[in-house]
Amino acid sequence: MSDALREQIPASGSGVEPVAVQRRVPGGVDLLRAIWSSRNGRIGLVFVGLIVLGALIEGVGLAPVNPQTQDPSAVLKGISISHLFGTDQFGRDVFSLVLQGIGVSLEISCIATLIAGGIGTVGGIVAGYLGGFASTAIMRATDIVFAIPAILLALAIVTALGPGILDSALAIGVGYIPIFVRVVRAPVLGLRNADFVRAGRVLGFSRTRVLFCHILPNVYGVVAVQASLALAWAILAEASLSFLGLGPPPPTASLGQMVSDSSSLASFAWWTLAGPSVAIVVAVIGFNFLGDGLRDATDPRTRRSR
Amino acid sequence: MFGSSSHRVVDAIARRVFSTVVTLLGVSIVIFVILRLLPGNAITAQLGVNAGLLSPAQLKSLDHFYGIGQPALEQYTSWLGSTLTGNLGVSLSTQESVSTLIGQALPVTLELGIVALVLGVLIGVGLGLLGALRPGRIGDDVGQGVAVIGLGVPSFVLGTGLVTFLSSQFHYFPSSQGWVSLFHDPWLNVQQVFFPALVLSLGIGAAIMRTTRAAVLEVSSQSFVRTARGKGVSGRAIVWRHLLLNALVPIVTMSGIQLGYLLGGTVIVEQIYVLPGLGRLLVTSIDNRDFPVVQSVTILFATGFVLVNMLVDVACSFIDPRARDR
Repeated sequence: MSDALREQIPASGSGVEPVAVQRRVPGGVDLLRAIWSSRNGRIGLVFVGLIVLGALIEGVGLAPVNPQTQDPSAVLKGISISHLFGTDQFGRDVFSLVLQGIGVSLEISCIATLIAGGIGTVGGIVAGYLGGFASTAIMRATDIVFAIPAILLALAIVTALGPGILDSALAIGVGYIPIFVRVVRAPVLGLRNADFVRAGRVLGFSRTRVLFCHILPNVYGVVAVQASLALAWAILAEASLSFLGLGPPPPTASLGQMVSDSSSLASFAWWTLAGPSVAIVVAVIGFNFLGDGLRDATDPRTRRSR
Repeated sequence: MFGSSSHRVVDAIARRVFSTVVTLLGVSIVIFVILRLLPGNAITAQLGVNAGLLSPAQLKSLDHFYGIGQPALEQYTSWLGSTLTGNLGVSLSTQESVSTLIGQALPVTLELGIVALVLGVLIGVGLGLLGALRPGRIGDDVGQGVAVIGLGVPSFVLGTGLVTFLSSQFHYFPSSQGWVSLFHDPWLNVQQVFFPALVLSLGIGAAIMRTTRAAVLEVSSQSFVRTARGKGVSGRAIVWRHLLLNALVPIVTMSGIQLGYLLGGTVIVEQIYVLPGLGRLLVTSIDNRDFPVVQSVTILFATGFVLVNMLVDVACSFIDPRARDR
């Protein structure tokens, strides 16, 4: 889960590779085609597409049934045409609830990833480019946050802030900041002395301009890969928090809460467990594989043999 | 050993211990800031809306009792001082001492964690080795399958599914009789721990598997392995002495990192399997907004994680002399 992703992160100080040429990261259709060319990338695109489509369908009000409508005459009904994933103990349509849960989950995860990616990327660029005291301070702080298992950090923050959507997003995002700092800092260390950066300095460009116009475009690739992996972790973390009863309170639909509720029903109504579980698994595997595909597409050096 | 070399080892270990202490101090500050200085405090948590009915004098004496009125720095140092001397405070909800509560819960989590780690390493190293020795064959595919399950199926989905399946099909749920300790009824205890540990171990096993597979593949492409093969070293000796020994550093490091996942995972798995461990204590305390317990358990988890990773680094410097100079 969370820390399964950590293996991809270079330890601080290592992974410094001199990058001399500005590499063009493919964009738009080219990028999609490049991702599609690897097996994992294909699976990732399809799974993430399904998840986003599900959230959109519910978001624009096209869900088959209003997820919160209770139907006492159809309690715990199995899978049928009118109820694709069956109904729950209140007669609500599980499929529509899952779609709504996906929407909430994506919302929290996207905010969490924006928080982690925004702060982490700036931190990594500053730590890599400036060096000296700023770098030491940032890397020390990173090590400290990294030392607290991420899900426990999220639990502590939720305890203090409460279970709202923004609170959950903040709680989940903070734990992922160190990972962005580390993966961004490593290439920036190499870029610091690249010819085109030196040229920028010689031409008298401001430090801000060098950082944002010359350095930042070169770390888009690693940031995009990491954002996809961060989304996978955030969806997992959000579901874990709400499974423990610490997510956004009802009536906000939540996949983790649904799994937790189903534990007393699943022995005779397996679909109440299967629906939300499938959604979580598809989302987590999808974003993880999309991250793999993005990595292969944007960074030829790490392209795998299979 | 040569003086200079052992001196270097001591030097490296001392540096690592020092940085660990600094990290732990930082961790204690972060957790203190999150749980003590953010809005909401022990009084409002304990009394809820009733806190508004208190007279200023009562509030002040309660503030004094919980140590809230003082400046933040003073609160922190006094908390750190009493924590280091073993006084973790009193639970707000049960009025028991926090160290007693932790003392009861720690053995459960320790047993669960150790069994899960052993299972995870066995699964991970076994499948990783199998995959690396015969890439693309059936064993490799099994490994990749386990990796995807470990990566994509959250422990609470796996745990809930397994509990439902075993209890509905076989009426098997060993935890239903309440927790028994290893010394009281070893066989029942083993059954109670095995399934939650298995659920936890798949997640870490997947990560360890991928690390093992990559590390062994990398080592096996090096020329000394070909040389060993060429001079007639047996296949088994090559696997153990040449491949695994050289791949050990990344595997051990990965296992240490995965402990963080394991500790977070115990929180969820103990909930599903009703095990009275630290994770369950943590969730109950969060529900009750029992700050002294939440704070102590979080610190304990983080300390364990940091210390184990320090030991991992020290172990690596013994396994691989090159790691000492890093």
